[in-house]
Amino acid sequence: MTQPVLEAREITVRFEGLEALSRLSFAIGPQRIVSIIGPNGAGKTTLLNAITGVYPLHAGEILFQGKPITGLKPFQIASLGITRSFQQAQIFMNMTVLENVMVGMHSRTTSGFIKGMLRLTSERKEEGMIRKKSHDILSIYGLLSKAGDMAGHICILDQRRLEIARAMACRPEILLLDEPAAGLTIREMEEMGDLILGLKANGQTIVLVEHNMRLVMAISDTLIVLHHGIKIGEGLPEDIQKNRQVIEAYLGK
Amino acid sequence: MKNLQICVFSLVVFALPLAVSNNYYLMALNIAALNVMIVIGLNLLMGYAGQISLGHAAFFGLGAYLSAIITTTYGFPAWPTILGAMAITAGIAYTIGIPTLKLEGHYLVMATLGFNVIVYIIMIQLSAVTGGPSGFAGIPRLQVWGFAFDSDRKIYYLFWAVSISVLTLSLNLIQSRAGRAMAALSHNEIAARCTGIDTETYKVKIFVISAAMASLAGSLYAHYISFISPGSFSIFFSLQAVTMVLVGGMGSLWGSVFGAILLTLLPEILHGVKEYNVLVYGFILMAVLMFFPKGLVPAITSFGTAAIRKKT
Repeated sequence: MTQPVLEAREITVRFEGLEALSRLSFAIGPQRIVSIIGPNGAGKTTLLNAITGVYPLHAGEILFQGKPITGLKPFQIASLGITRSFQQAQIFMNMTVLENVMVGMHSRTTSGFIKGMLRLTSERKEEGMIRKKSHDILSIYGLLSKAGDMAGHICILDQRRLEIARAMACRPEILLLDEPAAGLTIREMEEMGDLILGLKANGQTIVLVEHNMRLVMAISDTLIVLHHGIKIGEGLPEDIQKNRQVIEAYLGK
Repeated sequence: MKNLQICVFSLVVFALPLAVSNNYYLMALNIAALNVMIVIGLNLLMGYAGQISLGHAAFFGLGAYLSAIITTTYGFPAWPTILGAMAITAGIAYTIGIPTLKLEGHYLVMATLGFNVIVYIIMIQLSAVTGGPSGFAGIPRLQVWGFAFDSDRKIYYLFWAVSISVLTLSLNLIQSRAGRAMAALSHNEIAARCTGIDTETYKVKIFVISAAMASLAGSLYAHYISFISPGSFSIFFSLQAVTMVLVGGMGSLWGSVFGAILLTLLPEILHGVKEYNVLVYGFILMAVLMFFPKGLVPAITSFGTAAIRKKT
């Protein structure tokens, strides 16, 4: 097997005695869509927060391309190439749609305070590059016509698209999506599914946390099932659908 | 658009002395130019890092006293001293900022408040160096290659040139990569971090730059008035600077220019109502903050764009 892009080894996250994740291990190969599913409170979002460094690990280790990233700060992890969306789209409402994507390129660009204040030639060049690439990204995500709109004024589907566009702006190795279909209509959900499949077709590795089984079954390569912070199943979508333990976790005995 | 605004503003500012013959008003406008520098710096911190400093009078005072002591007592030339004072003040701001800005929440308010009180007490108690409560006199006037800035009118052009430079650099900054990162972290810190922005370092840097701007204004003030005393650098001036930011509009640099000028000149304009001037001043502040909570300039701009939309 090729080296996994992301690997968790026996990771545990605790909140005041409660184990939100306990001794969880998994490996995610390149160019795969891996979905994390499980009932409410299973630890799915906690897992994303642990991977991105928002929550500290109490035990275990997370490896990114074979190197440990445990203990790194969220901005360092993002700079390495792990970016994410949030359960409720966390876009920067005080900026335009275009500026949101421009912020997304932060970790791939370098100009700092002094260069920005003095507007040096190298800064202007980089700024022009950021602007051009951000326009390109917006056109891929169908948001070009809204580039100048305030990000808070666009509809929820567009906000989610924008959040993914921002996360993809730095060309991450792994994209983590936290319930990208929450609050969408069936029609919008299909569009979101197509968007995610489109990303995969371009070779993007994706970790998806999602409640909507239709979407999950349709687009995932592998499923990981969590229940009370423990992995109770892992495998192909069709196998998971037949797994007794998983059905019990969802439907009760 | 931005360059045009700066050009128009510069033209108005540099033409104004032709219409103002009264030296007293020129002096008020000179002080306004210094306040503009302080308030712009403070607004970068408040409007873009979401942090409040109640110690900007102390940074202003550090600039003033460092310049006064180093040039008058030790005979160093003024201009390098101004830069040195900015560097020292920046260093002090850095040591305050590192521990407080790494914590989440508004610890900076408390730290800067305490710092301002300490600096104020040092200014009074360390009288052998600072002149104590009676102040520090005899600070040399500024000059460039033999050209002395010895009148209010000459100082006017110098101060406003510096002030407009500070404004231009700050406007450049907020439209740059660093400025976008600042805007991002002020709106949503977690999302900013997960987008790869080192929010802690950014906040410290803005605070340091902000303090350095106040120090610059302080140095210029000392060389202009040539006499400084602790009273100008108490916590009340820090509060006044925060008020100027709020009245002009948090996050609006043009608002800071407007707020600083308005609140510096208002007491002079209100001399007409004599003993009621403090009352009227307070009333105007209350009215602005009640009816335009986002500040005057953002309110006027949104009103203007709404009017244009209605027409079309």
